[in-house]
Amino acid sequence: MSEASTASFEVAFVVNGSAVIEQVAPRTTLVDFLRQRLGLTGSHVGCEHGFCGACHVRVDGRVLRGCLLLAVQAEGTDVQTIEGLSASGEITDLQEAFVRRNAMQCGFCTPGMLMIAAELLARCDVPSREAIRDALSGNYCRCTGYQSIVDAIEEVARARYGVAA
Amino acid sequence: MKPPAFEYLRPTSLIEAAGMLEAAGEGAQILAGGQSLLPTLSLRLSSPSLLIDINRVVDSTPLEHCDGVVRCGTRVRHVDLERSTMVKERVPLLALAMPHVAHPAIRNRGTPCGSIALADPAAEIPACALALNADIVLQNSAGRRSVPADEYFVGLYETARLPTEVVAELRFPAAQSCDRFGFVELARRRGDFAIVGIAAAAQLEGNDIRSLRLVIFGCEPKPRVSAAVQAMAQGRELRELPIEQIADAVAAELDPMENAQGDAGAKRQQAYAMAKRVMAQLTACAA
Repeated sequence: MSEASTASFEVAFVVNGSAVIEQVAPRTTLVDFLRQRLGLTGSHVGCEHGFCGACHVRVDGRVLRGCLLLAVQAEGTDVQTIEGLSASGEITDLQEAFVRRNAMQCGFCTPGMLMIAAELLARCDVPSREAIRDALSGNYCRCTGYQSIVDAIEEVARARYGVAA
Repeated sequence: MKPPAFEYLRPTSLIEAAGMLEAAGEGAQILAGGQSLLPTLSLRLSSPSLLIDINRVVDSTPLEHCDGVVRCGTRVRHVDLERSTMVKERVPLLALAMPHVAHPAIRNRGTPCGSIALADPAAEIPACALALNADIVLQNSAGRRSVPADEYFVGLYETARLPTEVVAELRFPAAQSCDRFGFVELARRRGDFAIVGIAAAAQLEGNDIRSLRLVIFGCEPKPRVSAAVQAMAQGRELRELPIEQIADAVAAELDPMENAQGDAGAKRQQAYAMAKRVMAQLTACAA
């Protein structure tokens, strides 16, 4: 039983536009796979229990906890990491606003914050500060820099979609 | 920590999944959204020998309204309920509850059927299912049966689901135009587990209450329909209900679990406050 349980599976999926085919053990989480096998260390491993949000990755267009998805479950999906979002230019304005507003201190939570902020702003309106805080509710910043993170996201929303309603 | 080792199977239908569950016996678990199950693995609170991943089954019922029933299959995610205008119209209680269900990235993956299968006492979907007395459809290797929510929740993480059954579908009764709903929850931050919450469903006939179900969840081993409130409300008008007395009845009925979030007295007080808030919601939308 224990031998069978460590048997690996072949998984094929797309990461940041490139096809990946690898053998993985079922217990390997997606974020560990991305970091350890593909060297994509922008997705951070914080709590490993789904609480902190540092491991956010986008799978088939939705932001997920990379620690709460097994790598075998990514079979056939289209995965984007912070490296992919950064390279495509999709979040350049968010990244610049984070720098301008000092919306990071140690930076550990920043990739996960940017991921969920990008998803929030993809709804194409200017969210209230309350709505921004709700969207960030699943992301811990242990430096407690939330105020400036909300500021940065709000600034980008206004720049993209006009002033708040 | 990392999950312990386990075997992994990916069936293509729910009946196949149920067959695997039955064949594997003890130690096998269904993997739906995994947003509660996988943390228990990483925390080493559970160590199933086999995970049966039902995320690729082809026979999951889509989220749809049909003949007064809103059906929700295994592959429907929380976010699908959250963003559905049909759900907002047909099952307004779920729409009210969705913002309280964990955080956006968790809602993108977690499933209402999985939430019902786990039956966490602090979870919103079980409370809503109970307030609406939704039907819970269970699949085994031979077929399906349906259990009303009233009979489904048995105790702490304990339900009428047998170990060989998979939660295949939830069936929520669509709201009538005169029905009223309310949802309140006390949590340390938005999306955290409820300390105390209440899901409320009122069925009206003209101005008279035909049924008022207040489901208190989060502070006892399983969600509870307040029998006292049901009895007090019968046949009266929503606007003339004595809110203070209702809140008192809710608090008195509870036998809260004591934990780090508070003792029984504190939780009764919180339930009292939540009951007043949810009654205010109900009466405001009835005005």
